[in-house]
Amino acid sequence: MKEWRFWVAEQRGTLLALGIFIVMFIIYTSNHPAGLTANVVQTASNKGVLLAFVAMAQTLVVLTAGIDLSVGMIFILTNCLASWLVVGTGIETALGVTAVLASGALCGAINGAIVIFGRLQPIVTTIATGAVYFGVALLLRPFPGGSVNEDLADALTGRLFGVVPASLVTLLAVVLIVWVPFSRSVLGRAAYASGSSEVAAYMSGMPIRRAKFAAYTLAGTLAAIGGLFLTFFTYTGEAAYASGNAYTLFSIAAVVLGGVSLYGGRGSAIGAIFGALAFRTIGDLLFVFDFDPLWQPLFQGVVLLFAVSLGAFGLFRVRNKLEWFQ
Amino acid sequence: MSDTAMECLTSRMPKFLKRADPAVVTAFACILILLFLGSLYSSSFLSPAYLLQQLKVASFLGVIATGMMLVILLGHIDLSVPWAVAMGAMMACAAAAYGPVGVALAVPFGVLCGMAIGLVNGIGVAYLRIPAMIVTLATNAVAQGLMVVYTGGYSPQDSAPDAMRYLATGFTIPGVPNAVVIWALIGAATVFVLTRTSFGRAVYGIGNRERAAYLSGIDTRRVVMIAFAIAGGLSAFGGVLLAGYASKASQSMGDEYLLPAIAAVVLGGTSILGGRGSYLGTVAGVILITLLQSILSVMQMPEAGRQIIYGVVIVVMLLLYGRTPANR
Repeated sequence: MKEWRFWVAEQRGTLLALGIFIVMFIIYTSNHPAGLTANVVQTASNKGVLLAFVAMAQTLVVLTAGIDLSVGMIFILTNCLASWLVVGTGIETALGVTAVLASGALCGAINGAIVIFGRLQPIVTTIATGAVYFGVALLLRPFPGGSVNEDLADALTGRLFGVVPASLVTLLAVVLIVWVPFSRSVLGRAAYASGSSEVAAYMSGMPIRRAKFAAYTLAGTLAAIGGLFLTFFTYTGEAAYASGNAYTLFSIAAVVLGGVSLYGGRGSAIGAIFGALAFRTIGDLLFVFDFDPLWQPLFQGVVLLFAVSLGAFGLFRVRNKLEWFQ
Repeated sequence: MSDTAMECLTSRMPKFLKRADPAVVTAFACILILLFLGSLYSSSFLSPAYLLQQLKVASFLGVIATGMMLVILLGHIDLSVPWAVAMGAMMACAAAAYGPVGVALAVPFGVLCGMAIGLVNGIGVAYLRIPAMIVTLATNAVAQGLMVVYTGGYSPQDSAPDAMRYLATGFTIPGVPNAVVIWALIGAATVFVLTRTSFGRAVYGIGNRERAAYLSGIDTRRVVMIAFAIAGGLSAFGGVLLAGYASKASQSMGDEYLLPAIAAVVLGGTSILGGRGSYLGTVAGVILITLLQSILSVMQMPEAGRQIIYGVVIVVMLLLYGRTPANR
């Protein structure tokens, strides 16, 4: 087999997600009343990038064969925090951004510490810590409100050179600064390995615990970047329970669409990003076809159910019935 | 607590305590502590009227947690509880709007809708082999979508028929609310099914090791599917009772039942990995959670504080006795 074939085989999930996204986006823009203008792309990318950050966060945890049901709540918590802190002069704003990112990392680290050192199941742990994070968010913002440094917000949600959406550029920067080094580092490899087979990874002397801890912490940080962006888009902080839950749910959908295996060890955050963009575009398809917005939750739910059912195709490859029960 | 300390402790306990699951004992001990703390705060805390009221409130969670326990025993989880509850309530109320026949069929129709959600979950988990967490999240989204389309995004106008109100708030036996009687009946049936039938044995077997259960001739996929359908039905039935209690259904009425249901089951000593756990533990967990909620609301703790305490209590109690063994 030639080298590029290996590469294609490895990236199949990511490429599929990219394909779905491109097809969906073409359908979306060709039916959009305004057509393919810079404005349409900017709005679409702003909405998509929010989910993309949360989906990246979810990917890191899912790769280690865990799941983080608190990403949505970290997202909401950092949104509320940013609406207090990211204001004022340049230096104050910079400190505020740092504090928000650090608190996101702290949330992720708490999850990781409980899961790894407390040896609790990720599902239950993150449901419980999610409740705590939401409680803190409610403490910070009992009522929607607050403000944000609007210059920074407009710069990051606007367009560069009048064409390129700044949010997409930020997303690309985060991928290059966070994901690429992590996935190529020893820790990143160990995170993949422990998701693929924890026993084998342990036997080969990989730093499993450190890798998992790093994955959870980075996930918290990425969710915090998402929360920051939510503040930049809305200019306010709101402790919205439903929206936190929705982002958790959509992040899982994006991860699945993006070809990341929920059993861990397979996939990439880049796939999840395309999954997120595709999921958002599919959700918005209803608008360009002039459906009642009431149908949107149902449509998204059905798409989600359909997307996760795609995983069942793996059953056709099973040669021994016992492989069902892994 | 280390194993040797635990053994040392158990060797001194009376016989009936020795056989009991330490988790269940801990949960009951926590209930007593909570009651004690509550009685310090307010003297009416130990009055029979208050305790019966708590038991009535607990029974809604109890019915829902029963279904959750069945699923967790299998080693799966049901995250579709919120909208299964809401769907059961809304559909029962909706059916009641269609004349006397509708009223008569309201409760079964609500439960049936919940079972339909559960059936989809079950098919996805058992036959399509999709992780339970994902399927149930997806069906939850679909159920939400259906209800949003049906209600137009507002709370439905149909009110609960008298039969549903009677189920939730009436008294057939003097002094004992009907909801408590229903929970007791469902609980007794669950204990019977889990301990005395082959279905119950199969549930525990699958929770321990599905391959082994399959090789010993159990149709594991059917058992899993049925268990999920029952869980969906019980969630919806909990919703029907809640709608009877509040005399109408509302959007997101089930949201506050997912975490407590999982917490109640897990705090009661049922292993989240499946295969281990007793219904007595779930009862203890349900009462524990309800008392905790009640004390927090008596102390006029705001919602934010309640959420935080809630999450912390669950994590701490699990750290005490819910840890998975170290793999080395």
